[in-house]
Amino acid sequence: MTLTAETSRPSATAAAGRARRVRLAPRLAPYLQAAPLTVTLLLFLLVPILTIVVVSFWDYDSVRFYPDFVLTNYTELLTSPVTWKTYLNTLKYAALSWAITLGIGFTVAYFLAFHVRSTTWQMLLFLVCTIPFWTSNIIRMISWIPFLGRNGLLNSGLISAGIIDRPLEFLLFSDFSVVLAFVHLYALFMVVPIFNSMMRIDRALIEAARDGGASAVQTLWNVILPLSKPGIAIGSIFVVTLVMGDFITVRLMSGGQSASIGLMIANEISLLQYPAAAANAVVLLAVVLIMVVAMLRVVDIRKEL
Amino acid sequence: MTDTRAPSKSATPSAGVSRRTLLKGTAAVAGAAVGSGAITGFPTIWAQNIKNVTLRQFGTGVSNLNAVADKVKEDLGFTLQMTALDSDAVTQRAVTQPKSYDIADIEYWIGKKVFPAGVMQPMEVKKIKNFDKIVPIFITGKLTPDSAIAQGTAPHTVGFVESKDSTKFAKAPTDWMTLIPTIYNADTLGIRPDLVGRPISSWKDLLDPAFKGKASLLNIPSIGIMDAAMVCEAMGEVKYGDKGNMTKEEIDKTLKIMTDAKKAGQFRAFWKTFDESVNLMSSGEVIIQSMWSPAVAAVRAKGIQCVYQPLKEGYRAWGGGLGIAKHLSGLELEAAYEYINWYLSGWVGAYLNRQGYYSAVLDTAKQHMSPEEWAFWMEGQPAKADILSPEGKVMEKAGAVRDGGSFQDRMGRVACWNAVMDEDRYMVRKWNEFIAA
Repeated sequence: MTLTAETSRPSATAAAGRARRVRLAPRLAPYLQAAPLTVTLLLFLLVPILTIVVVSFWDYDSVRFYPDFVLTNYTELLTSPVTWKTYLNTLKYAALSWAITLGIGFTVAYFLAFHVRSTTWQMLLFLVCTIPFWTSNIIRMISWIPFLGRNGLLNSGLISAGIIDRPLEFLLFSDFSVVLAFVHLYALFMVVPIFNSMMRIDRALIEAARDGGASAVQTLWNVILPLSKPGIAIGSIFVVTLVMGDFITVRLMSGGQSASIGLMIANEISLLQYPAAAANAVVLLAVVLIMVVAMLRVVDIRKEL
Repeated sequence: MTDTRAPSKSATPSAGVSRRTLLKGTAAVAGAAVGSGAITGFPTIWAQNIKNVTLRQFGTGVSNLNAVADKVKEDLGFTLQMTALDSDAVTQRAVTQPKSYDIADIEYWIGKKVFPAGVMQPMEVKKIKNFDKIVPIFITGKLTPDSAIAQGTAPHTVGFVESKDSTKFAKAPTDWMTLIPTIYNADTLGIRPDLVGRPISSWKDLLDPAFKGKASLLNIPSIGIMDAAMVCEAMGEVKYGDKGNMTKEEIDKTLKIMTDAKKAGQFRAFWKTFDESVNLMSSGEVIIQSMWSPAVAAVRAKGIQCVYQPLKEGYRAWGGGLGIAKHLSGLELEAAYEYINWYLSGWVGAYLNRQGYYSAVLDTAKQHMSPEEWAFWMEGQPAKADILSPEGKVMEKAGAVRDGGSFQDRMGRVACWNAVMDEDRYMVRKWNEFIAA
């Protein structure tokens, strides 16, 4: 457009130049606006990930690592039964934590969205849910240890109440305590998106269901649940990715007796085996991406956002 | 997500601290320069300049003591910055960021990994004043001329290199020393005498079914494997050529026994940090475990009985030392030598001995300790008066006897040293399998 203006009226170059500047700006604007994020992502996400991928093919000894192209890091990783066992264990934690946080998250969100009528109370109770998050998650995790221990509050309480006569050993340093800590840490990540989805549900739909003769359970199953799916999907992505990448919760709550992929990577890093850790990280990244893609296949979150 | 947080966590505070301490340091130097002239005993040419020197030391928490930095400032005039990290992080940083420190305070087995990387320079023996008085364990490997050399990475095997620019460890003492020993000790099992219910006399008691679900082992592979080996050897299940340098077969056998015990529920937890071991013991979750000497003291300080039990098979020993980074030269190098000579001159030695560790030059440390302290810590005699920690807290009441007895009794019965093995990579993989089992 500017071009035609220029050729047809060459005498008015100054005016046309001004016009071009004005018209070019809007065309550049979107790129400029996207630039900060693009640069940030390139610098802080893509470059590091590519570095990890490159390093995962390097060779190493106990002190240094050497640029190379070897597949030993991957073959050692994928042929070791420990890797498979550890993946199974991590997936088990992820599945259990996901199922329990989903149950809790859905219930809490349902209560907040449909049982609490006034918006003030909704917001107030929602804030109450976030109170545990005012302290660091390490503190929240560690505080379980004296509570669940052999001579901890729970065991001594149960013993003095006469319910059990010897301390329950499974409470601490077990899969139970690991999953408990995960649920405690991540339940809110489930509550928030589901609550958000539920608040967007048109109340008229529920009235229509009731008018149409649907029972409460039928409304829940056929109306509310399908419409909450995007929230569930987002919450699930949060919980599953957090649990899959965790190392400190598993280490502290299992008393160092269970393994997770994150812990395996942390161990390798601490022993200077960066290439092995990088290979492990690449595999973990692939697995988690596949899981996220699978979840997005089931629920189209963009449709509802 | 959590992975990425951990390294940055360990990196940022140290960077922040060092900058802050640097600022503080320069302020202090400026202040000291104004009112200076009091410090004597240095070649006058650099006696003034040296006050502007700042040496950056990093190492494990045990010997990175602020009291030492303060005393350096007071006695030598220059600034010593300290950064404390765990032993894995120390190894990493020593190799990967050699410019980030001037003095490395590392364990001998870490030195075995770090020195060949060419990031440090050996020290000239003739510049070290008290070299002749260093405990012979670090020179010849023998506490007394007729004692046996312990297995593992014994300090004297990595204590010297062949020449100034060599990274190859010398078989016999040379004029070039890699690390000046600072701190060492003999480790054994810690027990809760009130809960174990019977005398403990051997490493194999760790796997006694009577303590099922109440035992713990430390989960630092290079050290944990040694404790495991001490146990297996005591059980008579495995015979080792050298526990500090096991063959693949020996590693397999050792970890098989440990894995079976783990599956049978012998262990309550595995610990990685000092405070974890203290908490496990004081809460009663664990009643027998591998432990470090100050951790035993920390449990006792809570009023809970805890004994650092001497065992008939002997101790697993460890030792650390100061090394100089390769990039150091000129005035800073002189300051580093000055610091190292000061380190061996007694004040620090007494400080460390009073914490229950041992120092490298005993004669000079003795001059800085009271006869009662010396008798309690070094000679294994009952305390004639209350024994105070360097901070002035009562550590032991009068009449108490040190667990394990005298220096000779403890350091003379070292069965093996913390080590890094030739089959290191294999061992770590197997250890991870054991932890994941």
